[in-house]
Amino acid sequence: MKIIKFSKQHLMFCLLLGAVLLLPFATDALLGRGWVRIMDFAMLYIMLALGLNIVVGYAGLLDLGYIAFFAVGAYCYALTGSPHLALAFPLLFPDGLHLSFWLVVPLAALLAGGFGVLLGAPTLRLRGDYLAIVTLGFGEIIRIFMNNLNAPVNLTNGPQGISMIDPITVSGVSLNATQQVFGITLPAVHLYFYLFLGFAALVVFVSHRLEKSRIGRAWMAIREDEIAASSMGINTRNLKLLAFAMGAMFGGVSGTLFAGFQGFVSPESFSLMESIMVLCMVVLGGMGNIYGVILGGLLLALLPEILRHSVVPLQQALFGKMLIDPESLRMLLFGTALIAVMLYRPAGLWPSRVRRRELETDETV
Amino acid sequence: MSNTLLELSGISKQFGGLSALTDVCLHIRRGEIYGLIGPNGAGKTTLFNVVTGLYQANSGEFRFNGHSYKTPQPHLLAQAGIARTFQNIRLFANLTALENVLIGRHPKTRAGVFGVLLRNKATRDEERASTERARELLRYVGISKSSQTLAKHLSYGEQRRLEIARALATEPLLLALDEPAAGMNATETESLKALLQDIRATGVTVMLIEHDVKLIMGLCDRVAVLDYGRKIAEGVPDEVRQDSAVIAAYLGVDDAA
Repeated sequence: MKIIKFSKQHLMFCLLLGAVLLLPFATDALLGRGWVRIMDFAMLYIMLALGLNIVVGYAGLLDLGYIAFFAVGAYCYALTGSPHLALAFPLLFPDGLHLSFWLVVPLAALLAGGFGVLLGAPTLRLRGDYLAIVTLGFGEIIRIFMNNLNAPVNLTNGPQGISMIDPITVSGVSLNATQQVFGITLPAVHLYFYLFLGFAALVVFVSHRLEKSRIGRAWMAIREDEIAASSMGINTRNLKLLAFAMGAMFGGVSGTLFAGFQGFVSPESFSLMESIMVLCMVVLGGMGNIYGVILGGLLLALLPEILRHSVVPLQQALFGKMLIDPESLRMLLFGTALIAVMLYRPAGLWPSRVRRRELETDETV
Repeated sequence: MSNTLLELSGISKQFGGLSALTDVCLHIRRGEIYGLIGPNGAGKTTLFNVVTGLYQANSGEFRFNGHSYKTPQPHLLAQAGIARTFQNIRLFANLTALENVLIGRHPKTRAGVFGVLLRNKATRDEERASTERARELLRYVGISKSSQTLAKHLSYGEQRRLEIARALATEPLLLALDEPAAGMNATETESLKALLQDIRATGVTVMLIEHDVKLIMGLCDRVAVLDYGRKIAEGVPDEVRQDSAVIAAYLGVDDAA
């Protein structure tokens, strides 16, 4: 008889999986449904951070306009999965185009990947701060396009954004309504949580495979020394474009999820601040380390919400009245936290294996 | 198969108004150790960078292994079989020694995005073979103990050796070394010499730039001397040593004599 070895690692994995699966119920019971929604957004941010990690963490290309790919994906589903196109092309699509979400996902991935190449191609010779400036410009261009493409043909509905986007359905079951599965009641936010969890797992899997491969090593070689990399027979042009495209694809897929989840997209969701936020997740968590990036994404997505909810009661308890507006204090505390992490853990909260070893070795020297 | 591996003819390279190389010809035969010497600023490194594709010559012809290259790019030449080391060591500092050598396997491996994502049998086999070869090479250059050490934490001599291992991982026809003995003491230089002779014995052609004239004279089959961007002498070491133009270039000419 074949006995499957059940190692400690397997046990840990099963426990973790169980905990994550129970998370929405626990959150719902302890903190309320609003927090499940926040967890959903945290999942989206984790996916974005992992996508950006390919570009910044592996290939070492500083990208400050990453949210543009998220926007491309979101608008891709917003246009093809809502009545909006009826406004722009009433003859062609009298009811708008209502493509299935599962058809739009690969389309959006391809489109975002194409935009990634479009951004990568003119910036191949740039590095560091120069690249950051160009990518920052690119991110703004996309946002401004979304903001202004309501004339002469109303493609994006401008600053008002596109609403009434079809909810995501899984084999005909809408995720926007409470569903009963095996007698368990699952509200919409729970359903989306599990969907996003699945996608995030896929993104983790892809990142993991890429990291420990010929391609991942070639990216890291480019990050470390581009001239030496090309002398080792690495086609730096193609591999940089590949990094941009792969990162953009992750962003694009997250964008479609976002659009389906929200049911509404508008250009203000894709501001420079969002790009910076995602970059902070990567850097703060630990550039190049998948688990670090997940941690960074989770923390930075939750921290502002925690601060938002704790600042008012805290002030009232301490001073009996509210002295400082929670919104401004939130950013102050957030900034302080970032500075503290960068001062005391410069390689990130959970640095990659190599970087951690590097710090250990430095101590013993 | 022609006996000439690398053939450069009429190579000129200008940087702005400055002529770094003027009408340089270079023939490197298969299986030899070829040395390039010359006083500081003679254009050795420039020529070296032209050979490895880092610089494009302004004029001249470039033939390697029977193929003519109009615009030789570093990665294409590396794939064709030219591997190099750098004068100021350029390792992938934050990667381990093993990973550095694995990156050298890049041109000899094929796995693409789909192969990597699916991790099919071909990819797994390739990965295993690469790792094995990389460990072999680390042993070969004598730093197998440090395979998990970050490149930047290796000692200077080990870094030089790792660069050679990384270059050998590409299975080159021509191994080009830019001042491999720079900064080494006499013992290290001796073991480097033995290593290079060993590499040549495996059929790899070696080209090196060196300041250590003793090393060059003891190691090379043929030597070329550059001065002010021109080749002023070429031949077996003993001939070159007695060449009056070479002596003048190195020691200066006494006009009164």
